[in-house]
Amino acid sequence: MKHFFKFWLLFVLLVPCLGANIHAAYEADADPQLEARLKALSSELRCLVCQNSTLADSDAPLAEDLRKEIRVLMREGKNDEEVVAYLVERYGDFVRYRPPMQANTALLWIGPFVMLFIGAITLVLVLKKRSSATQAADKTTLGDDNG
Amino acid sequence: MKLKLLIPLALFFIVVGFLFKGLYLDPREVPSPLVGKPAPAFTAPVLGDASKSFSAADLKGKVWMLNMWASWCAACKDEHPLLVEMKQHGVPLYGLAYKDTEADAQDVLKQMGDPYISTATDANGKIGIDYGVYGVPETYIIDKAGVIRYKQIGPITPAALRDKILPLLKELEK
Repeated sequence: MKHFFKFWLLFVLLVPCLGANIHAAYEADADPQLEARLKALSSELRCLVCQNSTLADSDAPLAEDLRKEIRVLMREGKNDEEVVAYLVERYGDFVRYRPPMQANTALLWIGPFVMLFIGAITLVLVLKKRSSATQAADKTTLGDDNG
Repeated sequence: MKLKLLIPLALFFIVVGFLFKGLYLDPREVPSPLVGKPAPAFTAPVLGDASKSFSAADLKGKVWMLNMWASWCAACKDEHPLLVEMKQHGVPLYGLAYKDTEADAQDVLKQMGDPYISTATDANGKIGIDYGVYGVPETYIIDKAGVIRYKQIGPITPAALRDKILPLLKELEK
């Protein structure tokens, strides 16, 4: 009975995935090259509705609409940067999974290196102190031995 | 030496401070890049009378509010009574029925009252995309020059209405 429940649960949990694939196939463009471009680009863009999934993975109606819109733009001959610019204009930099380097994101980009630098300095200082402390301790032990 | 021992404690409190502030931030509230920019132009059929069209350009020279809503949206229904009240106080409210059918949208207005001077329809959500809508309800305040001055994400709360929306409308009307 327990096993049956587990299988049932697995089945229930997998059903939406099945739906998702059918869905994606349904809305796909006839041109496989365009579809590949869309897949690559939308994997780098955030779905505003379910914020932790990409525009490529999301099944939210808005994500579907935006994918449709991106297809239209691509068919019009817009390049990837122009498509991203179109979305950033409307939804802000938040749609990009790779934030651009600019004044308000400087801390985000430089922060880890600053932390690494502080850590390295601390490490050097601590090691220096420790080695001089052991040297001093060695000297005193030697002195004790002699005396 | 004793002072040095306090450094981890100080760092701890700094981190706690950031986390505490984080408790009161809403990650769903994405600041709109459109605030301070001209409202995207659109022309759309009017709800209830498709022979007429609603155009954002027609409202130049007026301060107005655009409320994006839909009959399928539960939060919009929570917001609705407040909108009706706002209309009674003369707030220039226009609606946009986002990804909705004509019949469903009209049903809501019949049942709950119509707070809008006029409602445009956006059946395929294209206008919504131009306005950066990612979850209805969303409301924009547009000034006389046609520039977006404020965006309310999610339902208008009585506090937001009192502290932000009404003072801004008053200021823009000057």
